[in-house]
Amino acid sequence: MEAVVERAYGRNKIHPQKFALWVACGGILMMFAAFTSAIIVRQAAGNWLEFRLPDIFYYNTIVILLSSISLHSSYLAFRRGNTSLYRGMLALTFVLGAAFIALQYQGWQKLTAIGIELTTNPSGSFIYVISGVHAAHILGGLGALSLALLHAYLLPHKVTPARKLRFELTLTYWHFVDFLWLYLLFFFTMLY
Amino acid sequence: MANTAIKPVVTEEDLLIEEYGYDDHFHEHHHGDKYQSNFITTYIFSQDHKIIAKQFLITGMFWALIGALMSLVFRLQLGFPEENLAWLRPVLGKWITINDAGMGTLAPEFYYALVTMHGTILVFFVLTAGLSGTFSNLLIPLQVGARDMASPFLNMLSYWFFFLAGVIMFLSLFLSTGPFAGGWTAYPPLSALPQASSGSGAGMTMWILSLVFFVVSVLLGGINYITTVLNLRTKGMSMWRLPLTIWAFFVTAILGLLSFPVLVSGFLLLMFDRSLGTSFYLSEIFIGGQALDHVGGSPILYQHLFWFLGHPEVYIIILPAMGLVSEVLSVHSRKPIFGYRAMVYSILAIGFLSFIVWAHHMFMSGVNPFISNFFVVFTLIIAVPSAVKVFNWIATLYGGNIRFNAASLFAIGFVSMFISGGLTGIFLGNSAIDIQLHDTYFVVAHFHIVMGVAAFFGMFAGIYNWFPKMYGRFMNETLGKLHFWGTLIGAYAVFWPMHYLGMAGVPRRYYRFDSFEAFGQFSAMNQFITIAAIVTFAFQMIFVVNFFYSIWKGKKMTVRNPWGANTLEWTTPIHPGHGNWPGKLPAVQRWAYDYGKDGKEFIPQIKPMDEGETEAH
Repeated sequence: MEAVVERAYGRNKIHPQKFALWVACGGILMMFAAFTSAIIVRQAAGNWLEFRLPDIFYYNTIVILLSSISLHSSYLAFRRGNTSLYRGMLALTFVLGAAFIALQYQGWQKLTAIGIELTTNPSGSFIYVISGVHAAHILGGLGALSLALLHAYLLPHKVTPARKLRFELTLTYWHFVDFLWLYLLFFFTMLY
Repeated sequence: MANTAIKPVVTEEDLLIEEYGYDDHFHEHHHGDKYQSNFITTYIFSQDHKIIAKQFLITGMFWALIGALMSLVFRLQLGFPEENLAWLRPVLGKWITINDAGMGTLAPEFYYALVTMHGTILVFFVLTAGLSGTFSNLLIPLQVGARDMASPFLNMLSYWFFFLAGVIMFLSLFLSTGPFAGGWTAYPPLSALPQASSGSGAGMTMWILSLVFFVVSVLLGGINYITTVLNLRTKGMSMWRLPLTIWAFFVTAILGLLSFPVLVSGFLLLMFDRSLGTSFYLSEIFIGGQALDHVGGSPILYQHLFWFLGHPEVYIIILPAMGLVSEVLSVHSRKPIFGYRAMVYSILAIGFLSFIVWAHHMFMSGVNPFISNFFVVFTLIIAVPSAVKVFNWIATLYGGNIRFNAASLFAIGFVSMFISGGLTGIFLGNSAIDIQLHDTYFVVAHFHIVMGVAAFFGMFAGIYNWFPKMYGRFMNETLGKLHFWGTLIGAYAVFWPMHYLGMAGVPRRYYRFDSFEAFGQFSAMNQFITIAAIVTFAFQMIFVVNFFYSIWKGKKMTVRNPWGANTLEWTTPIHPGHGNWPGKLPAVQRWAYDYGKDGKEFIPQIKPMDEGETEAH
């Protein structure tokens, strides 16, 4: 099907599926924009428990940033034909992504340890819910990465338009969820 | 279907497409047959936008009938509170309670469930999925000159998520505790506390689950619509040559994409409050004499999140209707649409403004009156692009050689309804007047006329006009006109008196009025409304019969372009197959509204400019 779309709409500057992904990212962003506005509105209403965000969330930011870099270098290696770097960096990205989820979980446990449980106060509840929904989007990305890993290790390394497109879709989404975390961390840092 | 598409009937359209068209080598591959090879892939799990459009339409009609029947039941309660409703017991079962004297009465909690379900079903399932889902699917690929949607697979998923949402909602109607009964807006605490009312338990759980699937459906559809309009337009189809239908569907999809995710966020927090003990929306609540340990929540927060969707949602409903009406009015008055660019800019302006007026639904919720001022101003500014549109529709009709058929009558009826309902919007948009009018029947009259009935009129105009494109047959004109007059008079008879009720302070959502000294005097008016509603419903049955009869027995379409319209969908074969055009894609040479230009009645978009002709609009 991709090949057909490719041919049929070859006049486009941007591939329709890539464009559709950008549009979808816009929708996801709106969901998180709603969450962050909800924090602002709710915080202004008072009865807001102040606490310091556990450091682990900041360390974890480095992990997710590294994963974006590793995926990008995997993509470049894929295009250049450097098979071992392509496969290795892709695997590293997956590990970093999984580590991010594990460390987020650690973060939630840290929160509980300092007495901020899910139901203690909306200020804490927001952190759990929003970072949880973000983690769900990371899980979606890990699903896409698993598929990319299967392709990388099972198929011979060939740069076809269809595989390049698929990789670019994965790459765009992964950069997006990475950016999303930075966006959320900004609010978490400013408001807590 | 696919076989008829390659019948060798050569028409002028074919020759034009062959000569000027764009060859995308689509038919050199046999991919099309892959997903239209048997009954299941053709009619059920179809990836063809034309079939998906029919699926949305017929599912929408099913829900419209359910929703309308619900309204008849609660109208019976309001019009005839003393009548014996025991005859409804075979359908409604235990929700009709029968006393010792054999008198059957509607259970109050089920009255609220009916009102809630009526709103939810009509707003989401009928006027969002049934209207935008149907016509965006049918017309976007056909009118921009594309083979199909950008992703036919996601498009199929869009329908099936809607179907799943419908199944869950339908099942919730049969719960022993009843469906959700806290109003279609699902405000907490009624929606947040399972113990708050009988429908707040399992009924609410299924309601919220259903709507989350529904949002997935809308988003999958919307992503496709936006991508298709921006990326898959055929050669020559610049944005300024798009028919107004496409502009309307395009902006509608953008509104949906930006507002529905916000609703999901709101719902997610609600789910946490319901199931995991958080307090986003709940604070210091006593229920059944028992203090709950929820502290620090804000029910107003939910209202903000809900109405940030809720207001754009009314434009998600009305914009597609506006687009359909613009096209139908222009085609059937044989005149170019008046002020095409002004129409596009008004659609964009309405779309933009729809995001900054949500708090006008919350004037009486304790929002800071100073902040209300801003929302009043932006709300009233919406009247400007709306008035531009109304003016342009009337100017399009003015001096036209109007064909009064079912499609154009419904389009004209839309304009009437939109004016009547829009004017009362100016009352309600003022926060000071809203103190008196909020939560009265005035509000009910306003939104039913301006977005309920008007959107239905747009939808009917669209169905009568594009039925031949969907099924290759015409609907019966006489029945169509009968349907129109019955609906026009009936709808005004139902909703006009409600303005008076509202101005007299009669509150909405009450189970009965005869027990209130102040409202008892309106019993005759309530009876009149109920009878009018039943009659209007009966007229809708004419439409349903006409629709299904015409699918199989309607007058056959013998020419491709029966209305003499300019847009691309009428250049396809009478039964377009997969890929819509049997050969090349048509190339667009001009805008969609060259009617009565240079002495020609109409000039299709595929016809090249004549020597010295200018593209004037």
